[in-house]
Amino acid sequence: MALQDFSGSPLHLSVPAAEYLSESPIQFGQINPNIASNFINTLHQDLVLSFPPGFPPSCSPSVPLPFTMSHGTTTLAFIFQGGVIAAADTRSSCNGLVACPASQKILPVHSHLVGTTSGTSADCALWKRILARELRLYQLRHGRRLSTAGAAKLLAHMLHPFKGTELCVAATLCGWDGGERPSLYYVCSDGTRLQGELFSVGSGSPYAYSVLDGGVRWGLTVEEATSLARQAVYRATHRDAYSGNCVDVYHITSKGWARRDREELHRQIVQQFKTNVSQC
Amino acid sequence: MTCSIFLQNKYVMYQDKMFKLSDKILLLCVGEAGDTVQFAEYIQKNIQLYKMRNGYELSPTAAANFTRKNLADYLRSRTPYHVNLLLAGFDETDGPGLYFMDYLSALAKAPFAAHGYGAYLTLSILDRYYRPDLTRDEAVELLKKCIEELNKRLIINLPSFSVRLIDKDGIHDLEKLVPVGAK
Repeated sequence: MALQDFSGSPLHLSVPAAEYLSESPIQFGQINPNIASNFINTLHQDLVLSFPPGFPPSCSPSVPLPFTMSHGTTTLAFIFQGGVIAAADTRSSCNGLVACPASQKILPVHSHLVGTTSGTSADCALWKRILARELRLYQLRHGRRLSTAGAAKLLAHMLHPFKGTELCVAATLCGWDGGERPSLYYVCSDGTRLQGELFSVGSGSPYAYSVLDGGVRWGLTVEEATSLARQAVYRATHRDAYSGNCVDVYHITSKGWARRDREELHRQIVQQFKTNVSQC
Repeated sequence: MTCSIFLQNKYVMYQDKMFKLSDKILLLCVGEAGDTVQFAEYIQKNIQLYKMRNGYELSPTAAANFTRKNLADYLRSRTPYHVNLLLAGFDETDGPGLYFMDYLSALAKAPFAAHGYGAYLTLSILDRYYRPDLTRDEAVELLKKCIEELNKRLIINLPSFSVRLIDKDGIHDLEKLVPVGAK
């Protein structure tokens, strides 16, 4: 449906695209049992659900994965008086091997919405882009941005048909809704959608939670909040084998998101520790 | 005046598990993570659609049977919903009604009901002390007894419970129950 809207304009695709790409992701439906007088069927009479057979893939893992996937990461996000802070490590692991020490786990969705990603990197990157596309289409059609709650709902509904498959996405959407409200939602590919003020996701999340729970307050200043977020990610990377390397921090305010330079904290903190010890 | 009372608990993330189907019907939905919200909202929107199309609301009995039918239809599909439900409502003619549904789409009308591990502990308390002519305060006391027992014997800590009451005037939020000693 998305691409059909633009047919006739200069943007018309001349490359033949697979059928399912022209459907909105919301219509990737589960095979509904055909009930004659069910309410919802009458609503969808004029929408043709056509997608290649076997898509989405059924639950049976008969096709072996090309390589073992692993979901190690530490991401966190919390709300405070100055907006939303999102922080993450940068290590992409693949079953005991560091596949990439400099990956980006916090992806901007639009100017006022940022999403942290956890789970399978490829799935997260793809679904973030799909979400960005759908939000942009919504903005063009309705003339206003969808709220973070709406974006989270959209993502949860898009991921629901893939429940039971190998898809693994656990994202926190950090955004600023038009006006004075920061908001934070956690969306997971198993269908969970939760609103909150503090979330940490990934294999390193327990370590991050313990540092954050002691320090997060509404009244933090921006510097205190960023330093707390960096500390929490660092401590998690220290203890968790699947998290590590650098720390990314994003700060979302009413003016949009701002990115702090990537930092490699290990050297800094070890240096600090040594000077502290030598001073004792 | 008798009324149906049921309780639900809130986890650390404080998710509300009660879905308002109409002015006098509440659906409690527990089970697998995404299935609960998806299924409950699907039922909720369909009940509201019925009201918009036909000008009157479904009775609790009809709503319960509709829900059960949907659960049963999806049960043998590739994507069954693993959810356990309690539907409570007040009908003008029949009075209060509580319907117990499980993930295999069994439906039973019951004076009191519980789902989950808590059911093992609380059903006998309800068996012992429930009477059809309980007053509202007595009913809340009975709930408190159940919650204290859960607090004592259940391995999972459930810090707070929200309580709602449905009577001829609609749905009322009662005071939250916090077991003594729970954090």
